[in-house]
Amino acid sequence: MTEQLIQLVYIVAAALFILSLRWLSAPSTARRGVLAGEVGMLLAVGATLFNHQIVAYHWIFLAFALGAVIGVPLGLVQMTAVPQRTALSHAFGAFAVTLVGTAEFYLDTPDISPFMMLALTMEVILGALTFTGSLMAAGKLQEVLPQRPITYKGQNVVNLSLLGVAVAVAAYLIFHPAASYLFPVIILVPLVFGVMMVIPIGGADMPTVISLLNSYAGLSAAMMGFVLDSKLLIVAGALDGSSGFILSVIMCRAMNRSFTNVLFGAFGQVQPSLAHTEERIARSASAEDAASILESASSVIIVPGYGMAVAQAQHRVRELYDVLTRRGVNVRFAIHPVAGRMPGHMNVLLAEADIPYDKLLDMEEANPEFPQTDVALVIGANDVTNPAARNDRNSPIYGMPILEVDKARTVMVIKRSLSPGFAGVDNDLYYLDKTLMLFGDAKAFVGAIVRELSHGHSA
Amino acid sequence: MTADTIASLYVFVLAGFIGFEVIRRVSPLLHTPLMSLTNALDAIAVVGAIVIAGQQRSTLGTVLGTLAIVASMSNAVGGFLITDRMLRMFKKGEPRKP
Repeated sequence: MTEQLIQLVYIVAAALFILSLRWLSAPSTARRGVLAGEVGMLLAVGATLFNHQIVAYHWIFLAFALGAVIGVPLGLVQMTAVPQRTALSHAFGAFAVTLVGTAEFYLDTPDISPFMMLALTMEVILGALTFTGSLMAAGKLQEVLPQRPITYKGQNVVNLSLLGVAVAVAAYLIFHPAASYLFPVIILVPLVFGVMMVIPIGGADMPTVISLLNSYAGLSAAMMGFVLDSKLLIVAGALDGSSGFILSVIMCRAMNRSFTNVLFGAFGQVQPSLAHTEERIARSASAEDAASILESASSVIIVPGYGMAVAQAQHRVRELYDVLTRRGVNVRFAIHPVAGRMPGHMNVLLAEADIPYDKLLDMEEANPEFPQTDVALVIGANDVTNPAARNDRNSPIYGMPILEVDKARTVMVIKRSLSPGFAGVDNDLYYLDKTLMLFGDAKAFVGAIVRELSHGHSA
Repeated sequence: MTADTIASLYVFVLAGFIGFEVIRRVSPLLHTPLMSLTNALDAIAVVGAIVIAGQQRSTLGTVLGTLAIVASMSNAVGGFLITDRMLRMFKKGEPRKP
């Protein structure tokens, strides 16, 4: 195969990658998108094997086999573990890019143009910090590392200095590529920076952090494309980078926060002591009460949050959906963009529990529906339902877009206790006259409601 | 900067715009599969790793290249697999009765 033919195959692969994402826009064509991606990948890898620079194949095929052996179990994890799996795969991707960048440096220098050196140093810096940052994120999500933010005095100064050192050394290397003794600095310092960057970030900020790391992984791959002069890699990296960037923007907007605030803010560790010192009374109710209210409703919107995922309650929720739907109740789900630990996490969990996707509403679709809804049932969500975000200018979450469950006729909240949410803010919703608190474990409580509903009135 | 570099920059900028336009249309419903799919596509870095591992110009290059193939290959295999598993779960209409 000639070099031109290989390049032509790469163009086909790049087109397939774009189509792959294009088809992902709707659930009906999404699986075709995966197929297009797979075909593109196979074509590109197949064509690459004909590259005339390759003199030996044994390591390549051994590595293929090993990669498949590691990849298959990573493709078969539980749906609840998808966020940490995703973080881990960002780490793998960044690891590969860093290694290739390192190899390129030692093979090519000092005969390298300043522009190539710029791309190479960016590739290595982004790759290395994404590698350790993603490992930290995966560790937090898997709960082998503490989820709460770890902060200390002068943290931002330390972090920015680390980044500054890496950038300064990179700048020196661009003009003095022969100074190869400095190269390890731009690997090691970003490796440390990646760890330091993620430790002050709390569990509930993970959707933004994962998206941001996704974007970095894509950018570093695009930089690698510049170094290797591979347009295909540039295309794939740019697609991945823009995808991560768009998701980060969506996540930040959904929390009414800026990038800098997520990265340097360490939200949630300072518990603001609020002015609400007066005793407020929340009404609580039993599973029996909840069942009879749900039974007489004609429309119900369920608002799931991370608490539902933690309690593994999605299959019970599905039973509740079934039993209510059989009674003619219109049951739908409202999903806040930052519900869960990564973008879209709740949708996947509910889809896994066999809930049809046309019953899943996003925030813009759900909010106009609440005023006509009999019951809003909140399961394991907190801050994203707090009306203070709309009304209380002094609230730390003021301005954050919320699901307006307080506009429904009756609100029921399944929760372990009245404890404040991630933002450390008391939720006014719980003290409204129309609100009933259902205290208990999400899975057990939903199960109890389902039993009440199927009991006696057999469907 | 060489003509090649300029061409690469063009490709980067245009691909970024295409990515922005295409991904903006992905429904929030599918944001998790979107992330796992772009991750799998990103594993195309394997083409660079293959050449480095195969040209055997130095031991360091071969070792790093081979490790990079392992890492990207596992991302490609695992990424496509889990994306397809997730997408298979998204069903429309009335669910089957238990």
